[in-house]
Amino acid sequence: MIGDHSLSGPLDDVAANAGHLDHPPRVGFFTDTSVCIGCKACEVACKEWNLVPEDGLNLLGMSFDNTGMLGANSWRHVAFIEQQRPLGNQDTGLAGLPTGQSGTGQTTEVVSSALRRAERGGGELGTSPLPVDPQPVDSQPQNLGMPSFEPPGAATGAEGRTDFRWLMASDVCKHCTHAGCLDVCPTGALFRTEFGTVVVQQDICNGCGYCVSGCPYGVIDRRPHDGRAQKCTLCYDRLGDGLEPACAKACPTDSIQFGPLDELRARAAQRVEQLHERGVTEARLYGHDPNDGVGGTGAFFLLLDEPEVYGLPPDPVVPTRDLPTMWKYAGIAASAFLAAAVAVFVGSTR
Amino acid sequence: MGSNMAEAHPVGFQWVMEAKAKDAPVIHIDPRFTRTSALSDLHVPLRAGTDIALLGGVINYILSNELDFREYVLAYTNATFLISEGYQDAEDLDGLFSGYDQATTEYDPETWHYEGVSADPTLQHPRCVYQILKRHFARYSPEVVEAICGIPKEQFLRVCTAWTSNSGRDRTAALVYSVGWTQHSVGAQYIRAGSIIQLLLGNIGRPGGGIFALRGHASIQGSTDIPTLFNLLPGYLPMPTPAHSSLAAYIESIRGDKQKGFWRNADTYVVSLLKEYWGESATQDNDFCFDYLPRINGDHGTYRTVMDMVDGKVFGYFLLGQNPAVGSAHGRLQRLGMANLDWLVVRDLAMIDSATFWKNAPEIETGEIVPEQCRTEVFFFPAASHVEKEGTFTQTQRMLQWREKAVEPTGDQRSELWFFYHFGRRIRQRLAGSTDERDRPLLDLAWDYATHGDEPSAEDVLRHINGHDLTTGRVVNGYLDLRADGTTSCGCWIYSGVYADGVNQAARRKSRFDQDLYALEWGWAWPLNRRVLYNRASADPDGKPWSNRKALVWWDAQRREWTGHDVPDFPKDKPPSYVPPQGAVGPDALHGDDPFIMQSDGKGWLFAPTGLADGPVPTHYEPHESPVRNLLYGQQGNPTRKIYERPDNPYNPSPPELHGAVFPFVFTTARLTEHHTAGGMSRTLPYLSELQPELFVEVSPELAAQRGLNHLGWAHVITSRAAVEAKVVVTDRLAPLRVQDRIVHQIWMPYHWGPVGLVRGDVVNDLFGVVVDPNVFIQESKVATCDIQPGRRPRGPQLLSYLADYRRRAEITATTGTQLATTEPTAAESGRSTTEDPA
Amino acid sequence: MGNSRGNPPLAETRDPAGDQRRRARGRRGDDGSREQAMVPRAEFRSYYGRPVLKPPVWEWKVPAYLFTGGLSAGSAVLAAGADLTRRPALRRAGRISSLLTLLISGYLLIADLGRPERFHHMLRVAKPTSPMSVGTWILSMYAPGVGIAALSELLPSKARRTTPGRLLDRLARPAAVASAVVAPAVASYTAVLLSQTAAPAWHEAHPHLPFIFTGSAAASAGGLAMVLTPVDEAGPARMFAWYGGVSELVAAKLMEQQLGLASEAYTTGRAHRLRTWSQRLTAVGLIGAALAGRRSRAMAGASGLALLAGSALQRFGVFEAGVASTKDPKYVVVPQRQRLEG
Repeated sequence: MIGDHSLSGPLDDVAANAGHLDHPPRVGFFTDTSVCIGCKACEVACKEWNLVPEDGLNLLGMSFDNTGMLGANSWRHVAFIEQQRPLGNQDTGLAGLPTGQSGTGQTTEVVSSALRRAERGGGELGTSPLPVDPQPVDSQPQNLGMPSFEPPGAATGAEGRTDFRWLMASDVCKHCTHAGCLDVCPTGALFRTEFGTVVVQQDICNGCGYCVSGCPYGVIDRRPHDGRAQKCTLCYDRLGDGLEPACAKACPTDSIQFGPLDELRARAAQRVEQLHERGVTEARLYGHDPNDGVGGTGAFFLLLDEPEVYGLPPDPVVPTRDLPTMWKYAGIAASAFLAAAVAVFVGSTR
Repeated sequence: MGSNMAEAHPVGFQWVMEAKAKDAPVIHIDPRFTRTSALSDLHVPLRAGTDIALLGGVINYILSNELDFREYVLAYTNATFLISEGYQDAEDLDGLFSGYDQATTEYDPETWHYEGVSADPTLQHPRCVYQILKRHFARYSPEVVEAICGIPKEQFLRVCTAWTSNSGRDRTAALVYSVGWTQHSVGAQYIRAGSIIQLLLGNIGRPGGGIFALRGHASIQGSTDIPTLFNLLPGYLPMPTPAHSSLAAYIESIRGDKQKGFWRNADTYVVSLLKEYWGESATQDNDFCFDYLPRINGDHGTYRTVMDMVDGKVFGYFLLGQNPAVGSAHGRLQRLGMANLDWLVVRDLAMIDSATFWKNAPEIETGEIVPEQCRTEVFFFPAASHVEKEGTFTQTQRMLQWREKAVEPTGDQRSELWFFYHFGRRIRQRLAGSTDERDRPLLDLAWDYATHGDEPSAEDVLRHINGHDLTTGRVVNGYLDLRADGTTSCGCWIYSGVYADGVNQAARRKSRFDQDLYALEWGWAWPLNRRVLYNRASADPDGKPWSNRKALVWWDAQRREWTGHDVPDFPKDKPPSYVPPQGAVGPDALHGDDPFIMQSDGKGWLFAPTGLADGPVPTHYEPHESPVRNLLYGQQGNPTRKIYERPDNPYNPSPPELHGAVFPFVFTTARLTEHHTAGGMSRTLPYLSELQPELFVEVSPELAAQRGLNHLGWAHVITSRAAVEAKVVVTDRLAPLRVQDRIVHQIWMPYHWGPVGLVRGDVVNDLFGVVVDPNVFIQESKVATCDIQPGRRPRGPQLLSYLADYRRRAEITATTGTQLATTEPTAAESGRSTTEDPA
Repeated sequence: MGNSRGNPPLAETRDPAGDQRRRARGRRGDDGSREQAMVPRAEFRSYYGRPVLKPPVWEWKVPAYLFTGGLSAGSAVLAAGADLTRRPALRRAGRISSLLTLLISGYLLIADLGRPERFHHMLRVAKPTSPMSVGTWILSMYAPGVGIAALSELLPSKARRTTPGRLLDRLARPAAVASAVVAPAVASYTAVLLSQTAAPAWHEAHPHLPFIFTGSAAASAGGLAMVLTPVDEAGPARMFAWYGGVSELVAAKLMEQQLGLASEAYTTGRAHRLRTWSQRLTAVGLIGAALAGRRSRAMAGASGLALLAGSALQRFGVFEAGVASTKDPKYVVVPQRQRLEG
């Protein structure tokens, strides 16, 4: 089993590597965030189809994101990012307005400082309330009760914000070529399907929680009160019936595209080129490269900023890549342990 | 403009994204940077309620640079027509048009009419429509637009150049609006202004052009076609008034004297409708039961009705799929009205706020409603949802799409059709044998729908709507088959043809991949399956496409008929060169180059000589509640808007009245993708509620700093009607604007929350008062003035005194805001001070 | 607050969505008081400061098992050695304590599952890529010998005279030796278990954790034996403890120096406090064992307890560091970003 590229690196036929002899082509998602309108239909369609429970009724203050992150009860998550920078040639109409400083720094500070106090360090984001400080630092009104009509130019100056963009992106399980969750699962509950996707068998999982820490993207989680690990199945049941996954079906603007991975990769490359031609030079792909740390992902993305801005790791590596090295060190330590044990008895006399 | 399409109509927005993928520039003009703006090439923030100033600026840009599509304008619009000598423009009368009556606050449109049939094809005559427009909008310069709307000049010019350069022979531009345009005291004129631009640029009746009215719900288009409106009958026939003493008088009032176009056939539409209602009881001798129709004699709109409820003049109320306790302006008035009824029937999917107001309205906290004493008896009928019944939806393209029943409704849930069919049946049973004359209209109703078991057949109802030839018993194939002699019946003439050839045309589902771009075999669009209205205008006067790229329908000289990708919206065999004989009326009077076949002159109206209550051309008026004086005219607001002068409907003062500074900010509301309008279909659902779990108020960082508002902290918004608390969301998506040398801040809130559901919150619509547009009685709920303060609002009786204190500070009385004509400067105005301290 | 104008560093910030830390530094700089206490933070961007990774769902039971498992393994080794070198007290203590700690371990492992009633699903497969699966089979090989050996110690003398009793007695030694051979794997596989995760502090520490864990196991087992065994039989235990404690301390120190940013997870916060106490207690235990372990049973016992506590705290400290490294996105973003740009 431990052959070339079985643990990491490019793998042409991931289903065959997992023992599927006669299998359909590997499928996945290409999520083109440049056309995402943040409608969250993917989140709802996913929950409806897969009967995923409600995940907390909490206002998070992360722009329009009240889901927070992927988790056991959120298999799709739409991120919303408000930024002080332009999007390609987009004109936001802010130029010439009597604006002051951007507020995004302050709002981010409110959320992130609350996150530091949140349950599981924010790992429960969206599930449990955000403990926002009731009296933040800047609570002093600056000119409460003053006339609202300021003289012209009062709020303008060098600090006036002009650039702005609002990014939206629907995140999902990456269905990695080398899936950390799958590798560490001790029960075989997580398995590689004939479509090359990664799915948890709910009748097998005993909730050991290892996959939660094995995932370099922070996707899979254990569902409270249920105890089993949960994540996107890429609608395994629908695939079996020749249907596309619920989220892709519901996406009104084709931001989420489903299909054979090879086709999606070709389409994505074209799209990036098209966007570059149109001046959206910041467009780049994420997860499409079979030479990356997880051997490329089954669900990959067109992003308009660095991955970490969307809450994604910039260069994730499947922990399994270092497995032989880890056992080597463990072996040396174990040998030393045994040798020491022998030595202490051999060397000690009464 | 006035539409947040990506958020409110995300499914339709896919087509905008497809256009964008083909390099079409997308411009979003909106007070906020929304999810629509995020995907647009250009976002233009403007002050809420100033769209006509902007559109007028565009019109001025087009006219003063002669960028109109001249051939189109000359041939297809009324630009050349001369207007009556008595006409005086708003430019002449400081914001009023000729014919204004100060006492009734209404116009007599006599002076707006055409001067006979005279026209000036050179467009030089000072009284031709073109010159009138030019003069009317001459002052709407980029500088004025900047000063009124807060849009920097460069930005405005970008809109102008994008719009004009993407219009003409080879290109067309589409204009999309929604309730951001309609819910204003000048709403109808917003749309008129957009129409003028689209006509000047030749964007009407052509592929890729048009004005798209995105509706507020599924099938709201259907509920205006077959209306739930007090002043319309099906197919936009007006509701009769006491003046209509006979059927003939009524029909004459619709079709006018020697009128061109298809309204001339109104007699066939009306008689067929009456035959559908009253079947065999409707005969030539009894005017086809015309006198059974109720008459209207004024404003019987929803807001008037609610006030009559408060005043004890209305005793019963039906609510079907409507949640006025949350969704209508001045929610408090709505709830107080409903609390003063004998009975209230609510049919909805869940126990909505309007069904439970007697026990959990906000007024219980203030002691204004006491559950034990509330006299209203509420009957709740659980409704079947759209997947639990069959029928049609009519969407914004006027397309009817049939949907099947997916699952049986459970328990007591029933379809609307079931409810009304059996309701009518039981009432008629109860009245059977009555000799009272007033019961005749009910007892004589045909009420003859086929049923499956006890469920009425929706297909049979659709067949009745389509209409029958009563001599043969077969369905008619379209409204051209209808007759005025009582031998046809038709429930809604514009829908006639939906059952053509005995086939449910709305149920057609041929894939778009198996047919051409216009997908004529998917569903059915009225009239007669035409997908683009007035598409005769897509060809030049000679019947040839304006360009190959924009070909839609054209005259096939060999076969001597109109043909093309769409069903021609024109008499099929009338050649482009056709000139009607003298004395022809109706459709026969249409020239071969009169594309606007429903208009009495066959032309697109740049100037509306009739039909509008508030002027023949749109004019910039400030909203009813505005922080600034109208820059262009002494006339501040729409002089004909309907105001309701009552102590329970106070208005915030606007210039020239004093003390507007107590409510210094511009307030606007809108929807979120994640919720259904008044929340009745989303606050009960966990999957939607979790996506937007709490009421919030969006403010710019600048306003947050000024008022001491903290992100995710509490704040409350105050008007003279209510104070509403919400969590603060500070965002760069809002920006202050510079308006007439002042900085104006705009505040935005979504309005989906109320006292019931998984997620609850204050009712945002409580903040609005009731003031409506004079044409269509739509409330101004997209703009008002307000104050905002950090922290939560006072509770219980303290809330009432808090609001009273605000009103005292603003010196608000029942007459505040009710002086409509403001062309004479008041004494107060000269003393207005900008440094007034609201605290 | 002194500064109501806003924060100059923010205005320069290219992207606000992640630089709240830099902003915090800028603000505190104005009041001057806390500025010095702030560790200079790496600049990076994130999604509202949200963790990139999921913090482990494991709670105290897992680090407790790391301790009890290691203790069991160490005790089993000591017991086998004692048996072979005829130290009956050390043997008896080792055998019984290795079983008791193994039973506790079993409880902890099963109780930590989301679905404890499905614990046996671990035995469905043998999966080399899953250290937990490997560990399951290691424990399966280890447990029977420990059980047999301990049972033979606990057998009442009456039962010892029966045939099964005699058989058990005879089986005890080979069983114990077999367990002792597997014990080093028990003591070390948990290091791989933690390292083969995405938690940066665990994963980056994979060259060090095996030595810390085996060291900790040896120190704790030696310590426990010092508590339970008369000083004259406890010589090997003291030496084993010395070996363990020293290798644990050395490996831990190297780890703190060699992990780059991930070291910060070990040297700050709760992990740091736990590990500081661990190192102090281990050092005290070692010194006590060296100075007085041979002379005073009481001193030996106290030293043994210090070693036990030190070992346990080390496990909790290491565990805590890994958890902390998942909660703060910098541990993920900064090294990965450096890797991409380097």
